[in-house]
Amino acid sequence: MNFNKDFKILSSGITYLDNCATTLKPSVVIDEINDYYTNYCANAHRGDYDLSRKVDEKISETREKVAYFINAKDSKEIIFTSGATESLNIIIKGFFGNYLKDGDEILTTKAEHASLILPWFEVAKTTNSKIKYIDLNPDLTVTLDNVKKAISKKTKVISLAHITNVIGDVRPIKEIIKYAHENNILVVIDAAQSVPHEKIDVTFLDVDFLAFSAHKMLGPTGVGVLYGKTKYLNDLKPLITGGGMNAFFDSLMNVEYKDIPEKLEPGTPNVSGIIGFSKAIDYLNALGMENVHKYEVDLKKYMISRLSKLKNVVIYNKDIPNGIITFNVNGVFAQDVAAYLNKKGICVRVGSHCAKILSEVLGVKNTCRASLYFYNTKEDVDKLVDALDNDNILYDSL
Amino acid sequence: MDVNLRKSIILEHYQNPLNKGLTNDDSYIKINMNSKTCIDNLDFEFKINHGIIEDIKFDGEACAISTSSSSIMSDLLKGKSIKQAKQIIKNYENMINELPYDKDLLGEANCYDEIYKQPNRKKCALLPYEGIKDVIDKLEGVKNDKK
Ligand SMILES: Cc1ncc(COP(=O)(O)O)c(C=O)c1O
Repeated sequence: MNFNKDFKILSSGITYLDNCATTLKPSVVIDEINDYYTNYCANAHRGDYDLSRKVDEKISETREKVAYFINAKDSKEIIFTSGATESLNIIIKGFFGNYLKDGDEILTTKAEHASLILPWFEVAKTTNSKIKYIDLNPDLTVTLDNVKKAISKKTKVISLAHITNVIGDVRPIKEIIKYAHENNILVVIDAAQSVPHEKIDVTFLDVDFLAFSAHKMLGPTGVGVLYGKTKYLNDLKPLITGGGMNAFFDSLMNVEYKDIPEKLEPGTPNVSGIIGFSKAIDYLNALGMENVHKYEVDLKKYMISRLSKLKNVVIYNKDIPNGIITFNVNGVFAQDVAAYLNKKGICVRVGSHCAKILSEVLGVKNTCRASLYFYNTKEDVDKLVDALDNDNILYDSL
Repeated sequence: MDVNLRKSIILEHYQNPLNKGLTNDDSYIKINMNSKTCIDNLDFEFKINHGIIEDIKFDGEACAISTSSSSIMSDLLKGKSIKQAKQIIKNYENMINELPYDKDLLGEANCYDEIYKQPNRKKCALLPYEGIKDVIDKLEGVKNDKK
């Protein structure tokens, strides 16, 4: 399939291989946003006239679509936020900040994104609870056995990414969640790198909380999703209060909040973003998430088959089935590799990929990461591999 | 500057940097330059007495541009007075930012005269200069406070 028609940037000569950071947006998403601003620009929650009612309808339609997309039981379990980072902060500070007690334990890993680990650091301080790290295998994967070993009587919550953004390993979250629940432990999943790339079913997983971002799955920036089970969202204390989320207040400070989802969506929402996101979901549904996943896995296999022939390249995650390839070029600092590739119009990310404590385990601080999406082609891969097949990368980067 | 000469100066200073390795001597002023926008992470030490930069050392993990730039800067500014250093830094910044500058002041640092063509590497070339500017600002701040 050729996606150049839907994604204009693809025809510009740029080889975009940084889809973990954000994906390109198809023109249907951009047009939808344009349509809102051009033809029915009104605020939400003010359905006193037709334009505004249309906005409300579009938002609740998107909420239904998201619920269906991840198989949530009820669309009120879908809270719109500004992104996975905000979703995780609301869950961790708003719920667990009040749930954890002195001496309780939080289980996570050293391969997590800053957006998950830093809110936990704060809550650990304010609640006097402790963060414990699940041991990673030598290949950096997480196993149920290691989770079991890390659990103690004090463990109250396990929190980790479904798929990490550095090497892209897939954690056995279904098994972890089942075991956690048998031991009265809640589970918070960072799904920023999994919902865009494979079918996620929150009901089947039985996950308690889950977070992801629209912009990593064809949608606009500034929109994210917080999924939580109704009973927990009801207990979640809003971090931000204001208009749109209250049912009643008076001068004596008697305040009553609305029910979820409104309780957790204070202020004017990102209307254009949410409406645009709806089209992103339609686009992915039309492709089919199984097909998206299979295509990425196959394309990575092709990339590995070519890249592993290069003597100057080390690959850290050859066998992990997804679209993420983490590598270094021998003797060349990752930043210089990226500068070199940039000269050839190839976009890859370098650094610790927001998982700064992983270097304690990985042994290298900085890597290059190419991350694929369904619109990438074998030609893109060839361009990257051909560029890396060069003994003078450092010289040519200058 | 000729493109091959430019590249060979950068490579030489990257592969055999001058003044690399810290002294951990208390008579040096220390500063860490951890680039907020990329992955460079360099430590600098400056020995400044009576308004003269007597010594500069650096160490850390960084790309070819910021490592070579640190090496060249350490060589260029060593032995200079703060006043001379400020003038060199100003001209260097002007070169990076495509403003008029005096290339006679910059010695080997002229090898970055076309770095503007790779805008996301400008910050690498500037990193060590940001470090010494911070140190000079602090020193002069202290002096002004005393007045
Ligand atoms: C695993 C993971 N978690 C969380 C985030 C944060 O997402 P956002 O910046 O959209 O809030 C990212 C984005 O890079 C990610 O890769």
